Amino acid sequence: MKCYLTIDFGSTYTKLTAIDVAGERILATAKDITTVEDDIMIGFDNAYRKLVNRIEKELPISQVEFVDKIACSSAAGGLKMVAIGLVPELTAEAAKKAALGAGARVIKTYSYELNSHEMLEIKNSAVDIILLAGGTDGGNKECIIHNAKLIVEHNIDKPVVVAGNKAASDEVERIFAESNIDYYLAENVMPKINKLNVEPAREEIRKVFMNKIIEAKGMKKAEDFISGILMPTPAAVLKAAEVLSEGTDDEDGIGDLIIVDIGGATTDIHSIGKGDPTKAGVLLKGLEDPFAKRTVEGDLGMRYSAISLLEAGGTRKIRAYLNDIDKQWDVKGMCNYRHDHIKMVPQTKEEILFDEAMAKVATELSMTRHCGVLECIYTPMGTMFNQTGKDLLNAPYIIGTGGVIVHSENPRGILEAGKFNPAEPIHLKPENPKFMVDKTYILSSMGLLAQSNPDLAVKIMKKYLIEV
Amino acid sequence: MKNGKKVVIGVIGSDCHAVGNKIIHHVLETNGFEVVNIGVLSPQIDFINAAVETKADAIIVSSLYGHGELDCQGMREKCEEAGLKDIVLYVGGNIVVGKQDWTDVESRFKAMGFNRVYRPGTPIEITTEHLKADLGI
Repeated sequence: MKCYLTIDFGSTYTKLTAIDVAGERILATAKDITTVEDDIMIGFDNAYRKLVNRIEKELPISQVEFVDKIACSSAAGGLKMVAIGLVPELTAEAAKKAALGAGARVIKTYSYELNSHEMLEIKNSAVDIILLAGGTDGGNKECIIHNAKLIVEHNIDKPVVVAGNKAASDEVERIFAESNIDYYLAENVMPKINKLNVEPAREEIRKVFMNKIIEAKGMKKAEDFISGILMPTPAAVLKAAEVLSEGTDDEDGIGDLIIVDIGGATTDIHSIGKGDPTKAGVLLKGLEDPFAKRTVEGDLGMRYSAISLLEAGGTRKIRAYLNDIDKQWDVKGMCNYRHDHIKMVPQTKEEILFDEAMAKVATELSMTRHCGVLECIYTPMGTMFNQTGKDLLNAPYIIGTGGVIVHSENPRGILEAGKFNPAEPIHLKPENPKFMVDKTYILSSMGLLAQSNPDLAVKIMKKYLIEV
Repeated sequence: MKNGKKVVIGVIGSDCHAVGNKIIHHVLETNGFEVVNIGVLSPQIDFINAAVETKADAIIVSSLYGHGELDCQGMREKCEEAGLKDIVLYVGGNIVVGKQDWTDVESRFKAMGFNRVYRPGTPIEITTEHLKADLGI
């Protein structure tokens, strides 16, 4: 039996998925604790043994031929990046969006000509890749050249992806080449004012991740067994979202969609769709959003970020979701407990209820931050609206993934918190979406599979994502 | 034929007159300018940010709804703050409320730091010629 094996080296679990090609189905899945401190292959071997056991209930493992073994990783902190641009709202923001879409955690965004202090901060941070942008094509050259020189001056030993003004790229290349900076050139992230071009930079980042970062994180050994760690896990999820939405030549996609991924440290939202205004009299403003957009909320998470989630949402919001009118719950205490006990798995009914209330807050806030916003303007021609970001009012699907949603008995309740709220009509969140759950936890796996067999990936996702 | 000069254009403030803006874009482009059009409903900072990123040679501000004077205040200072030291700055349209004495209006906008100020109904072709002269084409 021909099978694909996908591996997700997560920060907590290493997850394996075996996919039966002819049967168009998931043959088996297994997971075990990621062992990045000792040797990443120990955790992998444990998970692999479990996988083999499960497969052997159906057929001898000798009959299974793994045609491809592909992996993604968010272990050892995932991919950490800084983005450098010129104007904060323009090229710096474009660079940040490109890095996020490549699956990175953006530690900080810098703008204008940097000073030594900022460059030292970058040098001393645990960043994996620097994305250097600035200037539209044919526009400002001085800023990116200044920053390139500063990178050389400070002897930065991190890979630099250059995606700025094309008219300056020869000069930047010369500066870097003369001083052995490990650099990679990509097309400008913002070739024209307010015009995004994030794909080429994302692709370059993915290549650097594959060739360099994996090695730096001690995961080189894994490469002996598998065909290569292709991308950071969030990039795989975004890839899965893209292919499920758009489909392939032979397999129709399901159209625009949103993925809500709630983790212990962050909540990620992915949206696929143009996000053009759905109502008349609305004008688009500012930098456009990428068609495949990912945002990461570092302050919204179930464990590491439990305290910041409380700060962002406030006790009132959590109590509202708990239906706690008499203030019976010790909201603060429960958030603190989760922050101090990262590995806590909710057991009692009370613990489960509280986790779900937190998840609802995370969903609501992260959707508010991800979706576009309207601003009302009074003009002599009457009331007009400015739209910044994507209008997702008509998005047909919200898909939930991440532990708290996947294991919940009421995933729909959590996802509904991300819906349009008539009390806050300026936030362009979906009005009447259908809700689906990634019950078998296959999204990142399908993103990997989509690299080599997109048809199969779409078919399997349509089969395994369950409407709730 | 391109003339190698770059102009940021747009309609400032809460003004959404889009047609004139398109005409200006078209005429400047046929005269060889590279046009960076930031569209309508644009605050000062959007003009300036666009000029910084694109290293533009000039900014032309349009305003038709009568509140141009309010919308334009402090723009030259902000340009200087952003490092656009000698950028050519024009304004035109229906830039003040009601019928006011033109020489007075012009001098007020010039005092604000605009290099040229255009009265209502000025054809864009005239502005284009001025722009060529001011940018040494």
